[in-house]
Amino acid sequence: MLDRPLGLHERVALRPEPFGALAYHYGTRRLVFLKHPDVVRVVGSLDQHPTVRAALESCGIAEDRWPAFCGALTSLCESEMLHERVDTC
Amino acid sequence: MSASTLVDQMKRGLDAPICLTWELTYACNLECVHCLSSSGRRDPRELTTDEAKAVLDELRALQVFYINIGGGEPMVRRDFFELVEYAIGNDIGVKFSTNGAFIDADKARRLAAMDYLDIQISLDGTDAVTNDAVRGEGSYDLARRAMDHLADAGFGPFKISVVVTRHNVDQLDEFKALADGYGAQLRVTRLRPSGRGAESWHDLHPTNAQQRQIYEWLLAHGEDVLTGDSFFHLNALGESLPGLNMCGAGRVVCLIDPIGDVYACPFVIHDQFKAGSVRDAGGFTAVWRESELFTSLREPESAGACASCGSYDACQGGCMAAKFFTGLPLDGPDPECVSGHGEAALLAVSSAPRPMMDHSKPGRASTSVPGATQLVTLTRK
Repeated sequence: MLDRPLGLHERVALRPEPFGALAYHYGTRRLVFLKHPDVVRVVGSLDQHPTVRAALESCGIAEDRWPAFCGALTSLCESEMLHERVDTC
Repeated sequence: MSASTLVDQMKRGLDAPICLTWELTYACNLECVHCLSSSGRRDPRELTTDEAKAVLDELRALQVFYINIGGGEPMVRRDFFELVEYAIGNDIGVKFSTNGAFIDADKARRLAAMDYLDIQISLDGTDAVTNDAVRGEGSYDLARRAMDHLADAGFGPFKISVVVTRHNVDQLDEFKALADGYGAQLRVTRLRPSGRGAESWHDLHPTNAQQRQIYEWLLAHGEDVLTGDSFFHLNALGESLPGLNMCGAGRVVCLIDPIGDVYACPFVIHDQFKAGSVRDAGGFTAVWRESELFTSLREPESAGACASCGSYDACQGGCMAAKFFTGLPLDGPDPECVSGHGEAALLAVSSAPRPMMDHSKPGRASTSVPGATQLVTLTRK
């Protein structure tokens, strides 16, 4: 997971909310809750980084929290909110 | 963050609704005895096409991802397709509820060609006798014909929407088989004593034994059957049904009625639950974010008479609308409380609030109740 180049699916919109954000996939019509502002920041920054690891580092997420973030990102991949970018460097 | 704290956050309200119902018109070709909005006649104050588009612009800015359009019969509006296409073109998905009367082969093809559109056809019996007793003569055939047209047009998985009553509860398996046969998705929701349902509820609502039957059937079918989270009062029977298990009124859901009034949910069309109007200064956004009513609905609720009941955490005291229109206090048991507390409380009720905004067609028996004359006058002003 840490070395993957992930990005937000182009048909997914993020809507900020007090608890984090709502992610809505216009294709699958699924709604997912991002339950922490830090998860929202990381998800929002994935596109600007070559790997998940780089996104976590740039968002200042402590390394002991990475497994939890990887879990959250994995489930977002499973619901197709995130996908592997092909335009990676 | 655990699931329970997420629900706590949602109870404090979101920046915009997740699930917004918009009744486009009070006009309807049918006169269902349980109609939540007492629909029939068009209201002359109905939002114009331009006003409706301005509301859609606002919803887009608020990032409301999808809306549920209903009525009345929404397809009665001449600008129905124009509004649906405008919404979809602005990234607002549409699910609309219809009785199907206006879905012919042509319309079905037009609907099938649209992306990001869900259709929900109402059906309250798997045979004409059961269905038509509630929805009116001929309505079963209209609905089935619409389903056939959608299937022929290759629309894909539309939804069949059933209000569970005392008379169709034994047909749940047949409804599921019907939906499966069409490749459709079944949606079953709870009967509310709202609109014309205030009168018919007492004869139609499921018995206590049937409530357990519904609960077990829903548990067995899980997320395969949609419920609009409407049966959370049954969670007091044991394991929780899928869903958020909370009343979303004014917190994550609301209703915009045909004349632009904003209510806490589709089941409480009454002044006491009216937060404002999209025609007010500040529009829908100000109503959602600042209205006194919605602010108060987002404050922690009191368990009231239910505080000493061990099931309160499971059932949350049930449905606000069901309590209100049966004359029960809002901080007490639901009229269909599975422990029987609601039934006992109902015996002490001497009068219940009358639903407002009655647009029933003239000549209905329901308009002959005390107070109805005054209500009709009010809606005509």
